[in-house]
Amino acid sequence: MKNVPLFALAAAGALSAFPASAADADLKALREEIAQMKNAYEQRINALERRLVQAESTSTQAKAAADKATTQTARAGEGKASAFNPEIGLVLQGQAKRMQDVPERVVSGYWPSGHDHGGDRRGVSLEHSELMFSANIDPSFRGVARFAVTGAGEVEVEEASVSTLGLGNGFSVRGGRFASDIGYQNAQHPHEWDFADATLMQKVLFGNEGYRQDGVQVKWLAPTPFMLQFGAELGRGANFPGTDRNKNGSGAGAIFVKTGGDVGAANAWQAGLSFLSTRAADRAAHFEDTGGVEAESFFSGKSRTAIADFVWKWAPNGNASERSLKLQGEVFRRTEKGTWRCDDADAASPTTCTGGAALGDLATRQSGGYASAVFQFMPKWRVGYRHDWLARGSKAFDDATVFGLLDAGNHYFADFKPRRDSVMLDWSNSEFSRLRLQYARDRAMMGVTDNQVTLQYIMSLGAHGAHKF
Amino acid sequence: MRILFMLLVVLALPAQAALNVFSTVPEWAALAQEIGGERVRAVSATTALQDPHHVDARPSLIARARNADLLLATGAELEIGWLPVVLRESGNPRIQAGQPGYFEAAGFVRMLEVPGRLDRAEGDVHADGNPHIQTDPRHFLAIGEALAARLALVDPANADAYRSGYAAFAERWRARIRQWEAQAAPLKGVAVVSQHKAWVYLYDWLGMREVATLEPKPGVEPSVAHLAKVRDQVASSKPRMVIRAAYNSARPAEWLSAETRLPIVVLPFTVGGTPPAKDLATLFDDTVARLLLPLK
Repeated sequence: MKNVPLFALAAAGALSAFPASAADADLKALREEIAQMKNAYEQRINALERRLVQAESTSTQAKAAADKATTQTARAGEGKASAFNPEIGLVLQGQAKRMQDVPERVVSGYWPSGHDHGGDRRGVSLEHSELMFSANIDPSFRGVARFAVTGAGEVEVEEASVSTLGLGNGFSVRGGRFASDIGYQNAQHPHEWDFADATLMQKVLFGNEGYRQDGVQVKWLAPTPFMLQFGAELGRGANFPGTDRNKNGSGAGAIFVKTGGDVGAANAWQAGLSFLSTRAADRAAHFEDTGGVEAESFFSGKSRTAIADFVWKWAPNGNASERSLKLQGEVFRRTEKGTWRCDDADAASPTTCTGGAALGDLATRQSGGYASAVFQFMPKWRVGYRHDWLARGSKAFDDATVFGLLDAGNHYFADFKPRRDSVMLDWSNSEFSRLRLQYARDRAMMGVTDNQVTLQYIMSLGAHGAHKF
Repeated sequence: MRILFMLLVVLALPAQAALNVFSTVPEWAALAQEIGGERVRAVSATTALQDPHHVDARPSLIARARNADLLLATGAELEIGWLPVVLRESGNPRIQAGQPGYFEAAGFVRMLEVPGRLDRAEGDVHADGNPHIQTDPRHFLAIGEALAARLALVDPANADAYRSGYAAFAERWRARIRQWEAQAAPLKGVAVVSQHKAWVYLYDWLGMREVATLEPKPGVEPSVAHLAKVRDQVASSKPRMVIRAAYNSARPAEWLSAETRLPIVVLPFTVGGTPPAKDLATLFDDTVARLLLPLK
């Protein structure tokens, strides 16, 4: 639009300089036309100038007009199709760990949960790298996918879930694969942990990676002035302590309640109670038979876990950029009831269990927990201490049958209380990078006191979703 | 049983007639209160003494978001570290992004410092530009007008009250701006050092010049090496003061002040940042007064 009058004026200039060879009548007509155009444009320019004067009458009005114009142009530029691509984030994690070489490392007294991404390896190792995608699907749904790529090149689907965006009345529903909201730390991804490794509690309850559901979760937030949330989950139940049982319907159910609030501006807290119920069918673990040959034991029955969790955060005036303190603790109780049997681990090496032998009933009740404190003493720097403990608990089975087949020296039968104390120091250059040095005195296995030193890095690239409390 | 009882108590409370407005930062809560008066009950998720970039998705915020009719955010990714979680956990469809109950102030002003290149090597940069838009009082007119329209949309019964509430506010505010501009005339062209890039809109308004920042990159804590560089720079660029927000750490500015004798000016940054900054008007009264002190 700006170019048109300029062009017209230039053309007018050229025409007025034209030699008088053209017919006078034509020339006159042209001149009249140009005069009209000039008139019209002068009027419009005058009108514009008047408007400009009006707009400049106060600085505020002029600025508002300019603001509106620039906002509009900026908005128009965002219409590219690629703008709809999901947010993509990548977490790179690795460590160097110094610890004893213990052949079959177990937590004494507890059924091995198996499965981890290599956090228990000696020397330099790549922990898993986490690739995340997330986006709103439409006005009603949001999708999240997380893939863990291990150093060995395996890809695991950690999360692939769809959740509702504000269903109303405080309800929200999530479906697919997701980290269960039981307890506090279970739903956190390893890069959010305050220490380099999982708690002993998490390790024996669900394995290093925590409990993941393939199922549905419904949460309801009560309309209270403090937070009060109720949740229920139904899932496949294929993960430890349950097993995949090839059945219709749900294999694991969980319920939880979480509450929390502020105490002044400086303190915030959250507490929760959770309960998980699932079943196992032939859940396997390695044992040694009375002759010291490796046999396999299988547990079938109910497994119930109750967890209580508590978190307290403090920062001066609620401003955590300088100093802050986080206190965190969880306790659990697990009861399992069912039957067990044993068999050869390897057909080539016969054991007392050859041909399969019933071990009778097994009823266990075990408990434990952890407590940790992490203090940020200056920007970027934090120190932390964590204490892990597991109780001996009780196991009821028929001694004569079991010890007739399995060696009483198996770690599962150990009369032992696993313990671990860890201290860590970490430095975060920004919220996207963290380096951590950790020392742990690990007494989780009877007869082994392992002084472990870990140097870890956690780096986050690209879009990084907000963390929960 | 006890929980049930508490629930009943809560539900039995007289129905609140006021519109529940949940603001991420104090300035928009104050603006909503100016426009809506007693028709709105506005609360802020953060205080002026908290760093708005670093806030936890606290349980109390989730509870408040659950019952909010209107959410006021700055936008431009200022709240990206916590607001998405609070919105998702709230289970409240009214205030989800894209709904009438979700209001982003940054959409109604001209953004400055929009990065040409997005790279985290540049520190905590925001794709949509510098999010600290509340430091220019002129922005409250455009944002207030949009907010009044939004209040009218969310609460149609009081639409006229919001419109006239805004009109009255705008008239008062324009007179105030003229007053502040007259008072602040000596600040035109004055060179300053700031701790965080939090004042670009304030400088744009009053014609001040930022010659250095204590943070080497936005959001990166000042290092000794960088502070030493700023000290050397001060000798040639001759700033008149070093400016920090009430929520910023005091030490970097104190160090520079001790080395260079530059006076420190602590600005409220938002409502509640200093004792005199009780509402929007006193926020700018105090800001201008504090800026003028070192010139006397």
